[in-house]
Amino acid sequence: MQNLPDRRGHYGMFGGRYVAETLMPALIELERAYRQISRDRNFRQQLQKYLRDYAGRETPLYFAERLTARLGGAKIYLKREDLCHTGSHKINNALGQALLARQMGKQRLIAETGAGQHGVATATVAALLGFPCEVFMGSEDVQRQSLNVFRMKLLGAQVRPVSAGSATLKDAINEALRDWVTHVETTHYLVGSTMSAHPYPMMVRDFQSVIGKETKRQILRREGRLPDYLVACVGGGSNAMGLFYPFLDNREVRLVGVEGGGRGLDTGEHAASICAGSVGILHGKKTYILQDEMGQIRPAHSISAGLDYPGVGPEHAYLHFTGRAQYVAVTDSEALEAFQLLSESEGIIPALESAHAVAYAAKLAPRLEREQVIVVNLSGRGDKDMGTVANALGVTL
Amino acid sequence: MSATLYGTWSKSISASKKNRIDEVFAALRQRGEVGLIPFLTLGDPSVEATLTLMRKVEEAGADLIELGVPFSDPTADGPVLQHSLEVGLRSGATLTRALELVQQFRRSSQTPIVLYGYYNPIFRYGLEAFARDAAAAGIDGLLVVDLPPDEADELLQWTRPAGLHFVCLLAPTSGPERIRLVLQHAAGFIYYVSVTGVTGVKPIQPWEVRPVILALRQETELPIGVGFGISTAEQAAAVAAFADAVVVGSALMRLVDQHRDQSDVDEVVAQFVRRLKEATRNVKRPLAGAM
Repeated sequence: MQNLPDRRGHYGMFGGRYVAETLMPALIELERAYRQISRDRNFRQQLQKYLRDYAGRETPLYFAERLTARLGGAKIYLKREDLCHTGSHKINNALGQALLARQMGKQRLIAETGAGQHGVATATVAALLGFPCEVFMGSEDVQRQSLNVFRMKLLGAQVRPVSAGSATLKDAINEALRDWVTHVETTHYLVGSTMSAHPYPMMVRDFQSVIGKETKRQILRREGRLPDYLVACVGGGSNAMGLFYPFLDNREVRLVGVEGGGRGLDTGEHAASICAGSVGILHGKKTYILQDEMGQIRPAHSISAGLDYPGVGPEHAYLHFTGRAQYVAVTDSEALEAFQLLSESEGIIPALESAHAVAYAAKLAPRLEREQVIVVNLSGRGDKDMGTVANALGVTL
Repeated sequence: MSATLYGTWSKSISASKKNRIDEVFAALRQRGEVGLIPFLTLGDPSVEATLTLMRKVEEAGADLIELGVPFSDPTADGPVLQHSLEVGLRSGATLTRALELVQQFRRSSQTPIVLYGYYNPIFRYGLEAFARDAAAAGIDGLLVVDLPPDEADELLQWTRPAGLHFVCLLAPTSGPERIRLVLQHAAGFIYYVSVTGVTGVKPIQPWEVRPVILALRQETELPIGVGFGISTAEQAAAVAAFADAVVVGSALMRLVDQHRDQSDVDEVVAQFVRRLKEATRNVKRPLAGAM
C-alpha cells in the first residue's frame, strides 16, 4: 500500500492528472524535481533543520489523562500539531514545497486557502525564504477569517479575494489554477492539501508523513506497542494522510478519517465527500466529490472552513474503496461540543477542524477496553475560531 | 443480432469513416481557405437563443462551431467565459440540453460541431452512453479542456468507435515529448492554445506563434487551429497567414454580454463573424498539403 501512486499518479482508479495541456509540462517538471530532491541528502537535512529549529518539531504525543478518565474507555493520546509554528500542521508541507520551489529556481509562490491556515503557513515560508507571495481566498472566507487575512498581510503576502462562484475554497483553487497557468514558468503553486493533480497528493502526503513517523516512534516508547486506532479529520486530507501513511502496512492499526458532517448528511449541507458523495473529477484528480446529477459541483458546508471543500484527496478515496481506512462524518454541533470538551478537560483549545476528530474519538473511546489506545491528530489550535465559536454559542465578543 | 443493434453498429461504422470535421477541412484545403471557428456558450443568453446564434454564425461564415457546455468550476477560462458559463448554468444549460440542441440544429445544417467543456459532466453522464448519444445527436468532435491524452483512454474507448473526434490541445509550454503524445491521440484538428494562460485575457503575438505552427506541420498531417487571445479581425487575419483555422470565443461572448438585453444581439454577433470571415478569407496562401 505504501508504494502508491503508480507512475502516472493513480491510486487504483483515483488520482491522476486532469488539467489543461498548458499545465502538464509543469506538473511533469515538478514531479521530476521532487523525485530527485527526495533522494538528496542535503535537501533532507535542510528540511529537517527548518522543521526542528523553525517549526518546532518534534511535536509532543500527549496522553490526555483527564479526557480519558472522563470518557471511561480507551486511552486517548493527542498528537500536538497545534503546537507547530503558525498553529497547525500546514507548516510541514509549506516548508517542504517552498524549499523545493527555491531549488527549482521559481521566483514567486501562490497558494489557495480556506480557513487561512495554509495561507498563513505559505506567507510565513515566503517571508522566511524571501519569495513574493499571493494567496487566493474566497471573499466569503475573507469575511469569516479576517484575523488570518491580517496575519498574511503582516507577513508580507498579498491576499486576493475571489468572488466568483460560491466565493469559498473551491473558487480560490480555481483562481489559483488560473494564475498558475498564466505564470507557470516563474511561479510555484504551493498546494495546501493532498489534493489537485499528481504529484501534489503524493508530495504533500510525504511532507506531512513526519506526523505519522514521529507518532509511531513516540507511541512505541510510551506503550511498547502500536495504537489500535488513529483518528484524524479529513477535508482535503493532508493531516490524516500524514498520520496514516507510515501505518498503512500495519494492518492491526485501524484508520479513521472524520469528515465534516455539517448540518447532517440528510440535509445535503455538509462536506462529507466520501460518506455522502460520488466519484467524479474536480481540480485535477478523480476522487469522491459532491455533485448534482448533471455533474456540476455542489457547494460544501461545514462550520469549519478548513473542511469546507466538496472533494477529498485521491489516496483517501482509495483507502476508503479498499476498506483500509474507515470514513465517518461528525456534525457541526458535535464538533462544537468536542471543542468545549477538550478545552475544559485538558486546557487545550482545538481548531474546529481537529474538534471533528476529537468528537469521533469521544464516541469511540467508551466502546473500547481500557488497555486500548487511540491517537487523535490535533492538527491545529483554535485561536482562529474564536469568532465562529462565539457566534455559534450565541456569545457577542 | 437484433435489428436495432445492427442499426447502431452500422451507423457507428459509417460515422467513423466520415466525420464532418474532416470533410470541412478537406474542402477548405482545396479552396486554399482558412477555417473560422466561432465559440458559443450554451445557454448564454438562453438555450433557445443559442440555437438562433448557431444558425446566425453559420450564415455569417462559420466553418465549424465550438459549443461550450457550462461547468460550475471552469478553471481554464478567463473572466469573460467564466461569466458566460455562469449565465449558461443559470439558464439551465446541461450536457443533455446540449445534445438536444445539436440534434435540432442538425435538422437544417451540416456544419461540424465541437463540444467544448470539462470532464466531470461527461463522466457523470456515463462514458458509453455519452459517446452513443453525442454521435447520434450529430456532434463531431470533443474538446475536453481538463482531459489530457494521458487520462483519455477510458473516454476514447467509447468515442472513437462512435466516430467522434477527440480534439487535443497543444500549448506554448508543450515540449517534444508532449507533442508526440498529443499527436498520438488527436483527431480532427489540433487546437493550439496560442497564449500561456486562460481564455480571453492575453492578446496573441502572431510572430511568436507562427514558427511553432510551422514546426508542428512537420509532425502532423492534421489541420491546426489557433485560439485563445484572438479578438479582432486584424489578429484573425494575422493568424490565418499560417494556421488552418482561427478560433474566436471570448470576444464573441463579450459581444453577447454587451448586447444581452437588446433585440439586435444576433445581428451584432453575425456582423462580427462576417468581419472575421472576410479577414481570414482575404489571406490567400498555399495550405498545408502544398507546403
